[in-house]
Amino acid sequence: MRYIEPHGHMVSRTTDDYTAMAMAGCQAVCEPAFWAGFDRSSVDGFYDYFCQLTEHEPARAAKFGIPHYTWLCINPKESEDTKLAEEVINIIPKFLDKPTVLGIGEIGLNKNSRNELRIFEKHVDLAAKHDQLILIHTPHLEDKLKGTRLIVDALKSDKRIKPERVIIDHVEEHTIKLVLDSGFWAGMTLYPDSKCTSARAIDMIDIYGGERLWMNSACDWGVSVPLAVPRTALEMKKRGHSAEFIDKMIYQNPLKFLSQSPRFKLG
Amino acid sequence: MTRQQVLDVYFMEARAKLIDIAAFLDRLDRAPGEPDFRLRAFIKALHELQGEGPNRAEKVLLSLSDPTTEPLAKATVKGATGAWRK
Repeated sequence: MRYIEPHGHMVSRTTDDYTAMAMAGCQAVCEPAFWAGFDRSSVDGFYDYFCQLTEHEPARAAKFGIPHYTWLCINPKESEDTKLAEEVINIIPKFLDKPTVLGIGEIGLNKNSRNELRIFEKHVDLAAKHDQLILIHTPHLEDKLKGTRLIVDALKSDKRIKPERVIIDHVEEHTIKLVLDSGFWAGMTLYPDSKCTSARAIDMIDIYGGERLWMNSACDWGVSVPLAVPRTALEMKKRGHSAEFIDKMIYQNPLKFLSQSPRFKLG
Repeated sequence: MTRQQVLDVYFMEARAKLIDIAAFLDRLDRAPGEPDFRLRAFIKALHELQGEGPNRAEKVLLSLSDPTTEPLAKATVKGATGAWRK
């Protein structure tokens, strides 16, 4: 089995996780910038975090034979402080030429506030000006439906944005159709308690087909499973999907989207 | 997969989750105090299970979602509760 983990917060994971992922066939891991679990107090904290994402973590992953790529932003959980958010957005261009940066992400909304939306639009503007791919976080639980609608509306209103260069992550049964029908890629996040289980993700694949769709573990410092993607591949096999189709869903699809960045190269 | 195969693969897992939900409701009944909006939302969502398919999962998620369309004036918390509080 070979697979790409297109969304993992590896700075929060252990070396045992890297070993397990490598043994399971992980060919690359992509790490979007994320909320640390607490609010950072200044732009300097983000500068250090971006250095960690672009320098230290690729070196750590390389020890396990896994290429590491990253996305940069200030997460929507910290976007309510617009002054800090704008300071962070202003330092991102310094990192965009780093060899493992794929684009802007994971941007989006958390509680669907006006300030979050304003900072989301500033990130989209940054991505458009620098011709970057975009990875989008949709809100949690009861906020997901409204947030996904606001995000899709905002993206559609910016004519510079090409939907095929945007992935909207954490879709569930009530948001996937809107995302795919709008021409974007959709990501399904495999979590034990929230977002979606392996069985539900495979249901959505069965219903909507295998185009413009990927799966990720979004493993981080919370309850999450770094091997969720290969585990779901096993469940696909149990449900009778062919080896070729499983490979498409866990390797070829993420490869197709990510290869839109000239920096994403395997082997 | 045929319906028989779906039952073979998922019946025991679904059965366990069904009993967990029943036990959760019993636990709530035994506990003192008043419930909050989450229980009302949960009971409302349970009704979606008894309707016709094929979109029960979507209907449950919609039942628990914020249906409004205007952005909030300000985000005062970071977390979500799992059910929309009017």
